[in-house]
Amino acid sequence: MKKLLLGASAAIAMFAVTGAQAGTLDDVKAKGEVACVVSTGVAGFAYTDADGNWKGFDADFCRATAAAVLGDPNKVKFVTSTGKTRFTILNSGEGDVLWRNTTWTYVRDVDVKLAFQGVNYYDGQGFMVPKKLGVSSAKELDGASVCIQTGTTTELNLADYFRSNGIKYEPVPIETNDEARTNYLAGRCDVYTTDASGLAATRSTFEAPGDHVLLPEIISKEPLGPATRHGDDNWSDVVRWVLNATVTAEELGVTQANVDDMVKNPGKNSEINRLLGTEGELGAMLGLNKDWAHQVIKAVGNYGEIFERNIGPKTPIGLERGLNALWSQGGLIYSPPFR
Amino acid sequence: MSSQDQAVQSYAPGEHPDLPAPMLTSGPLFWIKENLASSWLNITLTVITALFLFVVIPPLLNWAFLDAVYVAADRNECRELGSGACWAFVSERFTFFVYAFYPSGERWRVDLAFIMLILALVPLLYDKTPYRGYGLIYACLYPFIAYWLLLGGFFGLEEVETHAFGGIMLNMVIGITGIACSLPLGILLALGRQSEMPVVRMLCVVFIEFFRGVPLITILFVASTMLSYFLPPGSEFDLLLRVLIMVTLFSAAYLAEVIRGGLQAIPKGQFEASDSMGLKYWQSMRLIVLPQALKISIPGIVNSFIGLFKDTTLVLIIGLLDLLGLGKSALADAKWTGLSNEIYLSVAVFFFICCFSMSRYSLYLERKLETGHER
Repeated sequence: MKKLLLGASAAIAMFAVTGAQAGTLDDVKAKGEVACVVSTGVAGFAYTDADGNWKGFDADFCRATAAAVLGDPNKVKFVTSTGKTRFTILNSGEGDVLWRNTTWTYVRDVDVKLAFQGVNYYDGQGFMVPKKLGVSSAKELDGASVCIQTGTTTELNLADYFRSNGIKYEPVPIETNDEARTNYLAGRCDVYTTDASGLAATRSTFEAPGDHVLLPEIISKEPLGPATRHGDDNWSDVVRWVLNATVTAEELGVTQANVDDMVKNPGKNSEINRLLGTEGELGAMLGLNKDWAHQVIKAVGNYGEIFERNIGPKTPIGLERGLNALWSQGGLIYSPPFR
Repeated sequence: MSSQDQAVQSYAPGEHPDLPAPMLTSGPLFWIKENLASSWLNITLTVITALFLFVVIPPLLNWAFLDAVYVAADRNECRELGSGACWAFVSERFTFFVYAFYPSGERWRVDLAFIMLILALVPLLYDKTPYRGYGLIYACLYPFIAYWLLLGGFFGLEEVETHAFGGIMLNMVIGITGIACSLPLGILLALGRQSEMPVVRMLCVVFIEFFRGVPLITILFVASTMLSYFLPPGSEFDLLLRVLIMVTLFSAAYLAEVIRGGLQAIPKGQFEASDSMGLKYWQSMRLIVLPQALKISIPGIVNSFIGLFKDTTLVLIIGLLDLLGLGKSALADAKWTGLSNEIYLSVAVFFFICCFSMSRYSLYLERKLETGHER
């Protein structure tokens, strides 16, 4: 997750008076496809399989958006972007929505002129060390060499954290996750720090994952979520409520397997009926078809299913739900009501 | 020679058979003595090198071939089957690395474009090709045919958007377009820089110095991000096209300086001689000056081409997935993560083959055009 604090891109965005277009929703319907800005490859979130299909957590949410707007999850165009180009691609209109594990920060929301539409993954920066180092807390890391991705918010977080705790460290600058993995395994740094999800994913690829531990300290908040252009409220509503629909569906027990049945035989729970369009006119208010949420769940499943399929404990990434459990199960995932 | 002759040991004058040369003046032993053991310093270096190769080569061969796994479903299976390289990953992704996101039903168009490219290159590169005249006309038409084949959209071919381009195909498209367009542009710029017309000269100097003074990465960033702000909203200006233009301009600036070096090596008498024969400017350039100048510049020109071809991987940083980019994104697949050595080695082999053949061809061309000026 490259949280590049690009002052430059922020400055560029300030001149972007003509970039944003009103009515992305109409544009998308006219084009017949949703252009999603995704990363060039983050394990579990966005990657390509052998046939060149985009897979992963972010890719699934992108398909969900297409299913809601166009009724077909395959009417998507994936625009790949690096940490440096993602905001300009969105602001210039080349992409319609950013589903690219991007941290929601003040500067990005206010100064880069993005509109964040919620959080689909709560992450935080953690530390991984070899077990044989005998370290059980980040506060014991005095004098350690730390592998750190340059130009990211993780770099700034690390500096802040170690300074406030009065710990000295030696940074080993690296560019990509893969490079970090190689350097860490070769012993060129004692500690690897990045988002906890990334650490878990990296550790799962080691030959002996048990020889490495993740330290309990999480030193930053990294809420990852979708973003759209400033000032395009209709389209922003669509993206926000696609995310909310997957969360609400999990809450109400609507799954990919039973959604068709629930539409055919509407039950007595009227929130499910409103969500799936068998009752009320919620779809029309959003400018979409009545069955938009039905299409979303049919295409990719509810939030829990998307999580389990791409990054859950049964996948090689092996992430626990943790903060990303539903609010009713002790997590932070929460959707406003469909009413 | 019969056994009787040997027994007699007498020969008519001038009939004595050639005796073998004394030991250590020819043959393999001589070669070893001359090249590997001619002095104590060389003996030491030979021994050290041999030891080094002995230490490095067997493990490398073991890793790359003997212990390598060629067929497996995922990383874990690879680990169980052998301790060496996991080529199964590369072979599973091979077609994807070549065609990337090009629709699978339309991939024959890429194959056809590639075969036709080879057919177009033969008459261009080899001057003894039969029917070379027709071949050259075809080579001039080829860019239009390739454009139609790859992009489609008219004459019965389905349209394929450029964002589906990627992998080796993208490297080839950028590399070949850049090479083909930058050479003529570079020649014009080099001539313009030497022109006696001040406006033309100034324009060329400014252009060349601007593009040489700015890193290619910056130019690519301008192509991918800045341009979209300057253009009116809604005017779709294809990203790949922007990149192609920028790469071509960048490479043309370098080529112009290489060719200017060649032009300056031509003695002034050649210019004056062509003037005195009454040749117009373009005639004298085409017939007298450029053939000599370009011949001298071949190593530099090919150097620039090789650099350009390798620079095509830089499009990775603006989010276009060339071969290197696809390799990196494939590493994000949890099924296969951690196999970066295999991926980077395969990418390196591809680029080595392409660049090495370019450099070999340039050597062939230099030898062919050799007209006795070598010092």
